[in-house]
Amino acid sequence: MHRVLGDRRAIALLLGPALLVYSLIMLVPMVWSLGYSFTKGNTIDGFTGNGVANFSRLLDDPAVHDALWFTLKYAVVVTAGQVVAGYLLALLYVFFLKRASALIRTLVFFPVVLPTVAVGLLFQKFFQVAPQTGPVNSVLNAVGIDSVDFFGSAGSVFWVLVVMDIWRSMGFYAVLLFAGLLDIPEEVLESARLDGATGLALVRHIVLPLSMPVLMSSLVFSVNGTLKVFDSIVALTNGGPGNATTPLTLYMFQTSFTYGDYGYGSTIALLLTVVCLLVSLVVYRVSRRDLTEG
Amino acid sequence: MATIDTPVKTTASRRHRQPSRRTRAPRRGRAGRLWVKAVVALLLVIEVYPLIWMFLTSLKSNDDYLNNSTWSLPTTWQWGNYTDAWTTGNIGLYVQNSLLAVLPALALMLLLGTAAGFALQVMVWKGRSLTLLVFLAGMMVPPQMILLPLFTVYFRTGLSGTLWPLILTYTGTGLPLTVFMMATYYRSVPRELFEAATIDGAGILRAFWTISVPLVRNALLTVGLVQFFFIWNDLLIALTFTNDQDLRTIQVGLLNFTGDFGATQYGPLFAAICINVFGTLLIYLFLNQKVMKGLTSGALKG
Repeated sequence: MHRVLGDRRAIALLLGPALLVYSLIMLVPMVWSLGYSFTKGNTIDGFTGNGVANFSRLLDDPAVHDALWFTLKYAVVVTAGQVVAGYLLALLYVFFLKRASALIRTLVFFPVVLPTVAVGLLFQKFFQVAPQTGPVNSVLNAVGIDSVDFFGSAGSVFWVLVVMDIWRSMGFYAVLLFAGLLDIPEEVLESARLDGATGLALVRHIVLPLSMPVLMSSLVFSVNGTLKVFDSIVALTNGGPGNATTPLTLYMFQTSFTYGDYGYGSTIALLLTVVCLLVSLVVYRVSRRDLTEG
Repeated sequence: MATIDTPVKTTASRRHRQPSRRTRAPRRGRAGRLWVKAVVALLLVIEVYPLIWMFLTSLKSNDDYLNNSTWSLPTTWQWGNYTDAWTTGNIGLYVQNSLLAVLPALALMLLLGTAAGFALQVMVWKGRSLTLLVFLAGMMVPPQMILLPLFTVYFRTGLSGTLWPLILTYTGTGLPLTVFMMATYYRSVPRELFEAATIDGAGILRAFWTISVPLVRNALLTVGLVQFFFIWNDLLIALTFTNDQDLRTIQVGLLNFTGDFGATQYGPLFAAICINVFGTLLIYLFLNQKVMKGLTSGALKG
């Protein structure tokens, strides 16, 4: 019987094209990019080998240090914000809105599908102070606070970015965690309530431990996404002021295409890949340990 | 079809049957209801107001935008901003480019991904779990890692002045998630079905095409939607491979919109943002359950 489902020619015919495209577009370029990191130059001017110079430059480059620091800071803050906001929303859906939550879920999910470029430009105008006072500064003025030039300093622009990305994605994590909360058996909640656990105690001792698996998946997913942030930053600040909001992804892009240094660009891309793998691995390990304990 | 639905759906329907189980203790219900209403109202404002503001601003003239309060309605409703954005601002061309890049990539990705998912999940052979793992690895790697070599290849092969770099790159980068999701959907289709079909005389390829593809029709729509939003909203790949202004996608075009007009024309800029935003919202409004389910199941499995 298994001869039919083990037909080699059919397997090759079905899998072959996908594997070929995937290899040509992703696998080969990955290795190739690794090779680039030992060179200097670009496609138009040609490449010359320069050994490990890119790697020693990477270690000493203050711009890389800044970008790496920004990437990690951004990933931690936005991940925390996304997952906490999403979890609070999910609790709201399940325990307070109950069946009426479908409409609110749809609404809060809105921004998730919106193009990041459009959202970035919108927030830029929403928080701006010149040439026209945006709604946020108008509200500040209305309550007697002077306008803030949000895009003028590294500190404030970081928080605009955080607010924007949480606005964009909290609906996504809310729906994800909502599905996880629905999986908690009714009987468990019922009996906890009979034992007198209500409100925060119920969440703390019953709901939170039982939703740990989906919470951890959200965390892994969020970290993986935020480390690769690009679109929203390019649209909102393009890395500025100065390079205050330049993550590794954008620094790699600028190095490669603004300065035409593909070799060093590839080295930064490699650093980014390593960071992604390391961080994901750490989060994964930690989450597995928590799961076995819980 | 019921077998293909994800757990989200089954648990949701379970809840509908027992709505009363989750009600809070009644003595605290009334106090609770008030702050819940306040939170919902706040959420409504947070989610909807920026979009309303954006829409109203898109109908203002430059003078109106710069000199009157940001809260005010447009003094004259400048619907012409939309025509300006579409024609002078080239948004029409950019939308067309996006469609020309996204739709072929989507079709290719779904076709190749479904076939590969079938081969990896339904068919029996050594090394299939390893192959699936190789596909999965692609999801972890940041796209920056493949940009430069691909740029070189597209440049050397002369594809640079066309939309082909976008179509090919979108197809390749979308395959990991597509293959993985399709393989997962095929898991719930009993293998015996295909064995029976081949006993009845259909080749395995025919069984794939005429039996399995209609069976995973729902999944195809879901995965297709997820990937549509990913590709349509992409900036990085489009920005890298479209040096030519005439090849810009809607996202790249929007990013450079102010440049096209010389000085900033706020009305047309907001109109262009609106076209982009409300276009995607329209699809979402019609298919919101599918989009939500697809995007989140894609995340959990990835």
